[in-house]
Amino acid sequence: MSEKIKAWPGTPLSEKDIREKRILVTEWQPNLKYAWDTGAGYGRYFAELKKGKIVGTKCNKCRRILLPARVFCEWCFRTVDEWVYLKDTGTVNTFSVAYTGTAAERLKEPRIPALIEIDGSDGVAIMHLISDVDPWKVKIGMRVKAVWKPKQKREGAITDIEYWKPI
Amino acid sequence: MQRRVAIIGLGYTPFRPITPDVSFKEMMFEAAQRAYEDAGVCPRKDIDAFVTCEEDFTHGRSIFNIHIPDNIGAVLKRLHTLPAESLYGLADAYMLINTGLVDVMAVESHSKASNMLTPNYLVAHAMDPVYNKPLGYNPYFIAGLEMNRYLHESGVTREQCALVSVKNRANALLNPGAAYGDRLSVDDVLESEMMFWPLSRLDMSSPADGGIVIVLASEEKARTLCKKPIWVRGVGWCSDAPSLETREWGEAVYARLAGEMAYKIAGVKNPRIEVDFAEVDDTFGYKELQHLEALKLCPPGQAGFMVEEGATQREGDFPVNVSGGSLGVGRLDEATGLQKVLEVVLQLRGEAGQRQLRDVSVGLAQSWRGVPANSGAVAILSNE
Amino acid sequence: MRKVAVVGAGMTKFMRRAQETGKELAWETAKLALDSCDLTIKDVDCVVMGTAPDAFDMVHMKSEYLGDGAGAWRKPYVRGFLGGGTGVFTACQAWYHVASGMFDVCLAVTEEKMSSCLPHPQGAFVTCWDQFTESPLGTSLLWFFAWEMNRYMNAHGITQREIAEVSVKNKKNALHHPCAQLPGEITVDDVMNSEIMAWPVKRLDVSPTSDGAVVLVFASEDFAKRITDKPVWVEGVGWCLDTMYIGQRDLYYPKYVEYAARMAYDMAGIKDPRREIDIAEPYDPFSYKELHHAEGLLLCDKGEAVKLLLNGETQRTGRQPWCPSGGALGVGNAIAATGLMKVAELFWQLRGEAGGRQVPGKPRRGVAQAWGDEMQVGTVVVLGV
Repeated sequence: MSEKIKAWPGTPLSEKDIREKRILVTEWQPNLKYAWDTGAGYGRYFAELKKGKIVGTKCNKCRRILLPARVFCEWCFRTVDEWVYLKDTGTVNTFSVAYTGTAAERLKEPRIPALIEIDGSDGVAIMHLISDVDPWKVKIGMRVKAVWKPKQKREGAITDIEYWKPI
Repeated sequence: MQRRVAIIGLGYTPFRPITPDVSFKEMMFEAAQRAYEDAGVCPRKDIDAFVTCEEDFTHGRSIFNIHIPDNIGAVLKRLHTLPAESLYGLADAYMLINTGLVDVMAVESHSKASNMLTPNYLVAHAMDPVYNKPLGYNPYFIAGLEMNRYLHESGVTREQCALVSVKNRANALLNPGAAYGDRLSVDDVLESEMMFWPLSRLDMSSPADGGIVIVLASEEKARTLCKKPIWVRGVGWCSDAPSLETREWGEAVYARLAGEMAYKIAGVKNPRIEVDFAEVDDTFGYKELQHLEALKLCPPGQAGFMVEEGATQREGDFPVNVSGGSLGVGRLDEATGLQKVLEVVLQLRGEAGQRQLRDVSVGLAQSWRGVPANSGAVAILSNE
Repeated sequence: MRKVAVVGAGMTKFMRRAQETGKELAWETAKLALDSCDLTIKDVDCVVMGTAPDAFDMVHMKSEYLGDGAGAWRKPYVRGFLGGGTGVFTACQAWYHVASGMFDVCLAVTEEKMSSCLPHPQGAFVTCWDQFTESPLGTSLLWFFAWEMNRYMNAHGITQREIAEVSVKNKKNALHHPCAQLPGEITVDDVMNSEIMAWPVKRLDVSPTSDGAVVLVFASEDFAKRITDKPVWVEGVGWCLDTMYIGQRDLYYPKYVEYAARMAYDMAGIKDPRREIDIAEPYDPFSYKELHHAEGLLLCDKGEAVKLLLNGETQRTGRQPWCPSGGALGVGNAIAATGLMKVAELFWQLRGEAGGRQVPGKPRRGVAQAWGDEMQVGTVVVLGV
C-alpha cells in the first residue's frame, strides 16, 4: 500500500488498561436532558393510545395510511386528510430473538422485538415487542394482538401497549 | 469561472422562546412548505439535493440525520447533514451547484432550544475532554475571557458593547418574527446580573425556537423560476485553533479569513464601501463589534465609536443587525446563520416591512458557531 | 464537470481501543496520507471531516475538537454526516469541494473513537431512534439488523449458513490487510456456533466496533497530473436518504442504495455494472449486508447475491471480487473510517498497490458503498483509472 508507508499508526489498549488506569484516563458523565414537544401528530397518537386505541392518518393523494400518526405525508409532501382508527391486532412482518441488551450486555431472558403490520393499515408496521410465547415459535406472518397496560397505568406513550401476544 | 447561484425562495416559522404546539418535525414542515411555495417548486420533483445543518447533541438524538428527510420532502433524494452552523449549509449548496451536478437545492436548519433542558451542560460537552472538561466550569467563562481580552486589545468599552444590546433589542421591536424585542438603556445592560465578568446577563442573547428553509438555484433555473433572485456573490468559511490554550483571544481570526475568502469570490476590494449593510453574529454584544472589525466593515479599533455614533443604527451609515440579531431575535442554535441570511434576503427584496432599509443592493451575513468554537462562515448577497 | 482524482491515502490500524485520542488519530493519518504523495499541509486548500455520532467520542460539536488534528487550522473546514454512510459521503464531499472549482486540493479525513463511550459504544445508538415511538422500547441497534436479515432470508429463501460464508470470506481477505482488527481463518460452523446476539444475528456475523482513521487526498486534474502518474479518478458519486418510517417500507431490499448507485453510475457512464465494475466494496457491518447491498448496487438480481458468493465469483480471484479489503467484518467497523477505508482500498487496488490483497488482472473500475441511519442511507462512489 504505497512503498512510502512503512508503519501503520495506532497503539492498541486492552479493557484492563482502561479499567485499572494503567494509562491516563479522564472520565465525564454528560448531563443532557431534553423534553421534546410532541406536536399535533404524535400528540394525538399518544392521546389515543392512552384511551386504548391505535390511530393512523391518511393521505388521499397516495392513499396510504401513515403510522405512527403524523400530520403530513412525507411522500406527497402535503398535509394529511383524515384520522383513521385502526385495530389493535396485526401480523408479524419481521422479528428477532434478542439476547443482547442496549449496551451489548447479555440478557438472561431474550426479548422479542418485532415489526407488526397493524390491521386496517394496508400493511404498515409499527415497532414493538412480542411476549407471552416461546420465542422459537414466532414466525413471520404470525397473528398477534396488543396487550394493553391497565387504564390507570397508561401515560400517553408507546409503552401503553405492554406487548403483543399471539392470537 | 464560477456559476452564478441565487436564492429563489425562503420560508420560516416565527421565532419564539417556546413552541409547544409543534414538534420539531412539524416546525420543519411548516418552514419548508413556505419556502417551496415562495420559490414555486415542488420538493419531490424540482429539488435536486437537500442540506440540513444540525448538531446531534443540540437536538438530543445520537444520529439526528435519521429524522430529517420526511419533514422537508427529501425522501429517497440526495440529502446530507452538516453538523455545523447553518451558513455553512448555504456555502455547501453554493459549492454543489457549482459542480454542475445539481441545479436546485434546499438548505434547512431549525432550533428547538426550548426542548433542551440543560443548555450549559450541552455547551460544556463541547470542551476538550482531557484539558478543559475536568475544570468543571460553566463554559461561558470562555466568552468572559474573550470579551476581556477583546476590550483590552481594541480599547472598546463595556458601555459600547452594551449599546449593541440596546440597539439590537430595539431593532427587534419592528421584527414580527423576533422573540426578544425590548426598550433598554445602557445602564439596564451594565447593571444587569454579572455573569462572567465583564459579560453581564443583558450582554448575552437568549435562546429561541424556529425553523428556516431557503431554496437556491443555478442562474439558468433562477431566471426562469424567480422574479427577484438574490445572488450569492461570495461565500467563505474558516476554522481557527479549537484549543483554548493556543487560540487568539482578541481577534476573531476565523471571521477575518472567512470574510477574505468571501470577498475574493465576490470581487469585493473595499468592504466598507461596497457592502451596504450586514447581519453579523451578536451572540454576545461584544461579538458584533469584534466581528465588524474582523470583517473590515469598520477601520481597526473603530467599532466601538461606530456604534456610539449611531452609524450602525437602522438609519445610520452602515446598518448592522437590523433584524435584531441574536440579541433581539433569539439565538437559534445552528439556525442562527440562516436567520441572518433571511434578513439580508428580505431587505434586498424590499420585503422587510417596517424595518426596510432604503437603497440597499449588497448585504453580508456572518455567523459564528458559538462557545467554545472558533469557526464561522460569511456570505455576501446582492440583488443585482 | 471538473475532473477530480484521489492522489494519496493513509490509515491507522483499526483496533477495539486505541490509546491515541481522536485528534491524534486524525493527525497521524493525515500526515501519513500527505507523506504518501509528498505533499504538506500548505498544499491543502480545504478539509472535510467525516466521523460518526458525537456520542462515541463524547464531545459535542466534535468536528471543532478534531479540527487541528485534521489539519484544518485556519482553513475552510466542514464536517458532513450521514450516520454510517458518512465515510463514503466524505469522499463525495471532497469531490464536490474540488469539482466546484473553488479548491484544488482537499483533505478528506475520517476518524472514529468509539472506545470512549462506556460501558459499550453500542449504547450510543439507543438514542438515535424516534424519541417518541421507538427509543422508549429500549430499541437496540442489533434489532434492526436482525429484522432486516430475517426479512431478507425470508424473501429469498436464503439460509444462515449461506450468509455465514460472507464472514468466512472477508475475515480471510483481511489476513493480508496490515491494519485489520479481526482477520482470521474461520469456518461456517464457527459462525453458526457463535453466540446468538439477536436471532438470526450471531457474534461472528457482526463486525467489531473500532477506533481508527483513514485520510484521502483529493486533487483537481491539473494538480493531480503534476504530482502523480497514477491518479485515480472519481467517476461517479451518489447519495440518498430514505424515510425514517421503516413500517412504511419493506426491509428486504435497500432501495436507497439503488438510487445512490444509479446516481453514481449515471455520472460515470456505466450502463452495466455487472460487467463494467471490476471490484466492489459494499459496506458489510453484518454478513448479510454485503449481499443485501450488492443487490442494491445492481451487481446482480434481487436474491441472487448469495449464488455469486457460493460459486466463488466474489472471491478475490473471482470474476468480481467483493470486499477484497476484508471489509468491516475483517478490518473493523470504525464506522466513518471504514467507509473511507473502502474507498482507499479501491485507490490502492486500482494503482496495483494492494500488496497481498491485490486483485489480479489490472482492475480499472471500482465501486465503494456505505450505509447508515435507520436502515436508510446509501452513499456510493465509483473510482476508475
